Amino acid sequence: MSSALSNRSAVRADSRPLWRWRPGAAVALVPAAAVLLAFWILPLAHLVLLGGESRGEAGSGYWQVLSSGQYLSSLAQTSVLAASVTLAALLVGSISGVFLARQRFFGRSALVALLTFPLAFPGVVVGFLVILLAGRQGIFAALGLGLVGERWVFAYSLAGLFLGYLYFSIPRVILTVMAASESLDASLEEAARSLGASHWRVTWDVIVPGLMPALVSCGAICFATSMGAFGTAFTLGTQLNVTPVAIYNVFTNYANFSVAAALSVILGALTWVVLLVVRKWVRKSGGLL
Amino acid sequence: MKRSTLFAAQLIFTCLVCAFMLVPVLLSLLAGLTRNYFQGLSSGLTFDWLVQVWQAYSPTVWLSLQLAVACALCVCVIGVPAAYALVRMNNRFSRAFEELMVLPVAMPGLASALALLLTYGHLGGFRGSWLFILVGHVLFTLPFLVRPVMAVMQRQHLPTLEDAAASLGAGPLRRFFTVVVPNCRAGILAGVLMVVTLSLGEFNLTWMLHTPMTKTLPVGLADSYASARLEVASAYTLLFLLMIVPLLIALQALSARLSRGDQR
Repeated sequence: MSSALSNRSAVRADSRPLWRWRPGAAVALVPAAAVLLAFWILPLAHLVLLGGESRGEAGSGYWQVLSSGQYLSSLAQTSVLAASVTLAALLVGSISGVFLARQRFFGRSALVALLTFPLAFPGVVVGFLVILLAGRQGIFAALGLGLVGERWVFAYSLAGLFLGYLYFSIPRVILTVMAASESLDASLEEAARSLGASHWRVTWDVIVPGLMPALVSCGAICFATSMGAFGTAFTLGTQLNVTPVAIYNVFTNYANFSVAAALSVILGALTWVVLLVVRKWVRKSGGLL
Repeated sequence: MKRSTLFAAQLIFTCLVCAFMLVPVLLSLLAGLTRNYFQGLSSGLTFDWLVQVWQAYSPTVWLSLQLAVACALCVCVIGVPAAYALVRMNNRFSRAFEELMVLPVAMPGLASALALLLTYGHLGGFRGSWLFILVGHVLFTLPFLVRPVMAVMQRQHLPTLEDAAASLGAGPLRRFFTVVVPNCRAGILAGVLMVVTLSLGEFNLTWMLHTPMTKTLPVGLADSYASARLEVASAYTLLFLLMIVPLLIALQALSARLSRGDQR
């Protein structure tokens, strides 16, 4: 691009050059700030306040959520599900990601393209794809019927949800890992290998620590996405006890706005805290993201 | 050789992952074109389901396209100046603003939709129009334009170029439109493609914000999954994929070109 001006190492070393402070630039921020204020900050503040409102003697929305076993168990179930999906996606995605970043072979770019398409599939479509895989007429049902004479149907349970969340998390991990492993210092690996380290030692002691910041921050995004994913659970069945579905049911079936608001705020806060902690950790360990 | 067995194992693993990603999509394509999915392919192939879907759901396609284009326009108008300001300022305030901007993406979509609904839902005219959904889409997609535009701006040595333009007497507005914007065309294009793709597929917010008169494509999809027969739902999914996959291919080609430009 602007090759005449480029000084690659300087740009690489600090991607945010310290420019002079010019108040003129702040004017350009006004439209975005206005939109965010009107349609994000104000509604959010309203939501937080609404969660504190009480209707009758039931207490505020927050109290109703925090004192109810059903809501707490749904929050716990959602968190555990999101965490396990994240770990599984990180494992699968980093094996494939490192492989695709390191090796050159025929069909590699096609494989990369195919693996990253599902990133933009909405949750509802992913839910439908899970039904096609593991629903009553899915291929697992046909496979089970052929092998042991009974249909394997698990799409409408937590296992189906796990599969669906995994489906849209893996592409993200693969993309991140590929980008991160291309920026790893290959000479470290060569050094380790020349000192006699086995392949597994190199993987554990050189590659994994090098990828760690990228893995952690990507994992945080996967976790956040899985916490809030509503479309997949909605397609697979509204009796699943995950928090987004619980919010939807409370809002539409019971019109209990304060509990719906409180649940949303708690779910959002939980997600946000995880993201924040991870970000802090990555920044402290000098990561790249 | 040890390395070659490892290579084969990894290749097989990656292909299995790819199969997991691809097989359900192919099943859906097949189901949308098969006369009777329960009997299998032997019942013959047909376009009837696609025709039926188009007759029943074409308004959702048009509304989604309209929303996606409007969303891309709005996000450009808001986002490009914002990206410029954020790159320009680069202080504690601008970083805090960046965090704030990304927050709607990190937050569960349902929570944002609920907040919008409970705050502005009583404005009947606004609530019932497609603009209500547009607001949600703009909030959700804004960072996906600002991020790539900022990345390109940071690479382009804009201050040098701008100083040159300023020394020749160009005012701030003129610099913005004749120096800044043309120099981050690639970033804007990548951002716009991403925004359009995301807007076409957005469901979490849209499901809460839509009314029976403003049904978007994903909302129609959810409808058909719940009530229509499998072939119709599959044909509808096929239609959606036909719209979204060309965008994704363009996006991949563009981002490949951008990263190559970066390495040069």
